[in-house]
Amino acid sequence: MAILIDNNTKVLVQGITGKQGSFHTKLMLEYGTKILAGVTPGKAGQYVHGVPVFNSVFDALEKFPEINTSIVFVPASFATDAIFEAIEANIKLIVVITERIPMHDAAKFVNYARIKGTIIIGPNCPGVISPPYSKVGIMPAHVFKEGRIGIISRSGTLTYEIAYKISKANLGISTAVGIGGDAIIGTDFIEIYEMFLKDKDTDAIVLIGEIGGDLEERFATYYSSLKNKKPVVAFIAGKSAPEGKRMGHAGAIISMGMGSAKEKIEAFNKVGIKVADKPDEIPKLLYEELKR
Amino acid sequence: MKLYEYEARQIFEEYKIPVPKWGLASNAEEALKIAKEISFPVVVKAQVLVGGRGKAGGIKFANNEDELIKVTNSILNLTIKGEKVSKVIISKYLDIKQELFLSLIMDRTARKPLILASREGGIDIEQIAKEDPKKVLRIHVNPLIGLQDFIIRKIEDFFSLKNIKSIVYALYEIFTKYDCELAEINPLGITNNNEIYAIDAKIIIDDSALYRQNKFGERIDRELNEFEMIARETGFSYVEHDGDIGIISNGAGLTMTTMDMVQYYGGRPANFLDIGGGADAEIVYKALLIQLKHPRAKSIFINILGGITRCDEVAKGIIKALNEIKTNKKIVVRMKGTNEEIGKKMLNEVGIYTYDEMEEAAKEVVRT
Repeated sequence: MAILIDNNTKVLVQGITGKQGSFHTKLMLEYGTKILAGVTPGKAGQYVHGVPVFNSVFDALEKFPEINTSIVFVPASFATDAIFEAIEANIKLIVVITERIPMHDAAKFVNYARIKGTIIIGPNCPGVISPPYSKVGIMPAHVFKEGRIGIISRSGTLTYEIAYKISKANLGISTAVGIGGDAIIGTDFIEIYEMFLKDKDTDAIVLIGEIGGDLEERFATYYSSLKNKKPVVAFIAGKSAPEGKRMGHAGAIISMGMGSAKEKIEAFNKVGIKVADKPDEIPKLLYEELKR
Repeated sequence: MKLYEYEARQIFEEYKIPVPKWGLASNAEEALKIAKEISFPVVVKAQVLVGGRGKAGGIKFANNEDELIKVTNSILNLTIKGEKVSKVIISKYLDIKQELFLSLIMDRTARKPLILASREGGIDIEQIAKEDPKKVLRIHVNPLIGLQDFIIRKIEDFFSLKNIKSIVYALYEIFTKYDCELAEINPLGITNNNEIYAIDAKIIIDDSALYRQNKFGERIDRELNEFEMIARETGFSYVEHDGDIGIISNGAGLTMTTMDMVQYYGGRPANFLDIGGGADAEIVYKALLIQLKHPRAKSIFINILGGITRCDEVAKGIIKALNEIKTNKKIVVRMKGTNEEIGKKMLNEVGIYTYDEMEEAAKEVVRT
């Protein structure tokens, strides 16, 4: 039944009246996502694509207590406040699309969410999609065919590229989770993989990493310690990236010689995780792993 | 964004972290004036953003006026790793009996600020941590709680020092107030009289927080080259590389992978240009202009996976740029996704073939 989001996901859109928020509300509704309400302070009473707008998360929840998920489009300078508001209102899953949130702010709301038992996906992520049930994100839905492969990714468009290749090879996707391209993010590879382990509708997982940080290395260590595991195929972006330069994502930087693609690939190879040289090798590797 | 040492020193002073007496000079005359005020011996330190200035001859001592003029002039003539030295710090030389290390970084793994301390300062902390992890004290600070005395006591015990508290608090204050990725004192020097001084100062500010750190906003633009400047103004992510194939793609991960594919097939990217999500014809046009004008980019690889980005808009932008600038550069386009049929047809009409898969397209762009 997929992970994180499904038929029972009832969504609040924070920043619904903005250009991004309104545009993606329309696309999510078209996909079939159950969006019950939106929030933009000062805009209560308006409707965006038929969705009622409230001044605060608390107002929205008073009217729609069944809301269990929020997606945040609020601009970076106001996003931290919006996320704290959603955590305080006890929404248990918060997907943060917003880019360029200062890392000191992210560190605060991520730590607070952990204390409160809230899951934060992102910031700076494309969101989550569980085809064909629900999409809480900004990804182009048509490349995500329904199936039994889970995707966990630090990237956006690269995820779409790989989902397109998986779908084309007649393998589909159970849930794809973009965990975000920032240095400080709410949920990492290990935590999402654990959810996939428990999901009976997922047979194998594609892990899409990139340069910077040590999420991939830590996943490798964790994976080697597991007794029961589902197969993993990985891809790492940034093999040709110069050192010390931030490659688009705030978190994609090789600093002080650490976080290179080479180190990550070696860490995966060491624990038996196959790493594709090119995205088009991923379906083939998946078929090999599924046959075992 | 990394600050110059003199900027970091100014912040240290603002927060009452003791630093040796000093001044900033851009010629020998100014240097001499400062040295007379603070008295010899002094240290002359090149102000550059690149690392390794000591080894490159960017830090020198002077015991008298003649030496000072000589070393100041020599350092101001240096270019360190491509960065020309235009300013030096003249700092009072202190007799240091022990050098320590104290740093605050944002730890991505724990998602918390991390204090790093070592009794061995002045050298590469990564190296020390690798050789003997026990020599480095690591303490996380929960950002919701902030720095507390129990953490200070651990650091005092580790250093066997009693007068470090105000410095650690000040450094944490700087770290949070200035949105630092890193705030570091290396070395933290102890004099024969047991006074503590920050001998060096290093601060890196989180780029995402620059909008509320206005003080340094102007600085960023000075460091950019012509192409980086245009890219920034247009809202692209742009990184210069050393090859001859210009890269345009949408999304950071896909753009990196596009570079990687070029490299996989034996080519070398000239740059990284990410037009971001939902780009229209105007954005694509501006991106292609950068590549058409880029002297090193002999060929151009455009890799678009259209979701919110529409392929017909991409084609429109490409055609507009090519109508404006006649070029001999080889242009390879991969286009897939929303409205791809319309986009492909538009490009075919002007003689540009498009590919469905980026791997095939990458192979084509490196083929000579």
